Amino acid sequence: MSDQDTGESREVTISYHDGTSRAATVVDREVPYPDGKLIVSRTDPNGIITHANQAFIDMSGYTRDELIGVNHYILRHPDMPSVAFAGLWETIEAGKKWHGYVKNLRKDGSYYWVKATVIPNIRNGKLVGYTSVRRKPSRSKIKASEELYATLM
Amino acid sequence: MAYNLTVSPDFAPDHISGWYFFNTWLQRQLDVGVHLELYDCFEKQRSDIRDNKIDMIYANPYDASMLVRELGFKAIARPQERPDETVIAVSAESTISSVEELQAGITVATTDDPDVHTMGMIMLEPADLDGSNVTTKEVDTYVIVAKNLLNGNADVGFFLKDAYDELSDLIKGQMKVLVSSQISVVHHSLLVGPTMQEFIPRLEERLFSMHEDEKGKGVLQSMNLEEWEPMTEEETEFMIDLIDTLVIE
Ligand SMILES: Cc1cc2nc3c(=O)[nH]c(=O)nc-3n(C[C@H](O)[C@H](O)[C@H](O)COP(=O)(O)O)c2cc1C
Repeated sequence: MSDQDTGESREVTISYHDGTSRAATVVDREVPYPDGKLIVSRTDPNGIITHANQAFIDMSGYTRDELIGVNHYILRHPDMPSVAFAGLWETIEAGKKWHGYVKNLRKDGSYYWVKATVIPNIRNGKLVGYTSVRRKPSRSKIKASEELYATLM
Repeated sequence: MAYNLTVSPDFAPDHISGWYFFNTWLQRQLDVGVHLELYDCFEKQRSDIRDNKIDMIYANPYDASMLVRELGFKAIARPQERPDETVIAVSAESTISSVEELQAGITVATTDDPDVHTMGMIMLEPADLDGSNVTTKEVDTYVIVAKNLLNGNADVGFFLKDAYDELSDLIKGQMKVLVSSQISVVHHSLLVGPTMQEFIPRLEERLFSMHEDEKGKGVLQSMNLEEWEPMTEEETEFMIDLIDTLVIE
């Protein structure tokens, strides 16, 4: 649990890259990353979720039906700077592996930090989608990311 | 002409004879000569694979990428309910009770089993530990990993969960588990090389019904497996992609 957590909630409008937006409740409360698990999802080439494992479902707070077919930005937290995701897309669209620390928004408004890796899925030479695998980050990396991202907002 | 079958060197020593029974069973089913070549280290096995000396392999998930994407092997089967999971343990007397309490400078006892080692290192990351600030001591077997913990020559040990579970109660009683992975989609698989593709239909037919007759069932038991399950090309690719995200550049 982060020391700075207040448990307070606020109403925000999250605006996405594609021009859409949604209203969301954001609660300042961290949910700890489960030990020993990997959170796995896959998307099509446009970032639409095609697969989510049980750890993904449990941590995001959504059901599988609510996740499959929607844009991966459903997890976007307003504290994440958009340049982080611009870097992600630039890297994976160039066919390379990306990793970084991401603060994710749960359905109930609370958050969880992950160390994420995203790779392009190539089949018979063609891009068919992307796979993201997240693991548990260290507290020091979370703190450094919090500080860095605050300067990028 | 005889074909060559090999098994990932991390198989449990107690089940060596099971692989010889499997080899005999295989030759009967396919009506061809198959020679079983066993290795005690991954490196020598990999170099023989690259020299095209191997036609069929029960492979570690970590090697599947090279076999499928570089050498044209096809994964056809996996053992039912046998995911490769990793355990990190310490001596029961250790004051450490969670990974986060571990400090830079510790010694890790591990084997050359690539998927267990990779997962073990990933599970140390929450403590800011990596190859630069831990000393790794590579030993031959999981029993030796345990011994290193018990006699204080290592602070933590990495184990394949199946191997940890098979240790004697006496040894297990002197250790405690800090974390156990729950990945479930990473596992060993049976792969067939380009030289044996013509046998795949027959092989699949026999493998997937192997547990239904007495003889086949006995062979499976001696390998400590329940039954073979089909593996689709996409499941294989998914597993390889997933492992790809775990390996350090
Ligand atoms: C495979 C994959 C996984 C992703 N996982 C996440 C995630 O867990 N959380 C997140 O906020 N964005 C994730 N993204 C990035 C989103 O697609 C999106 O870029 C981001 O949420 C920011 O939204 P925006 O680009 O509309 O501003 C992922 C993208 C891909 C391709």
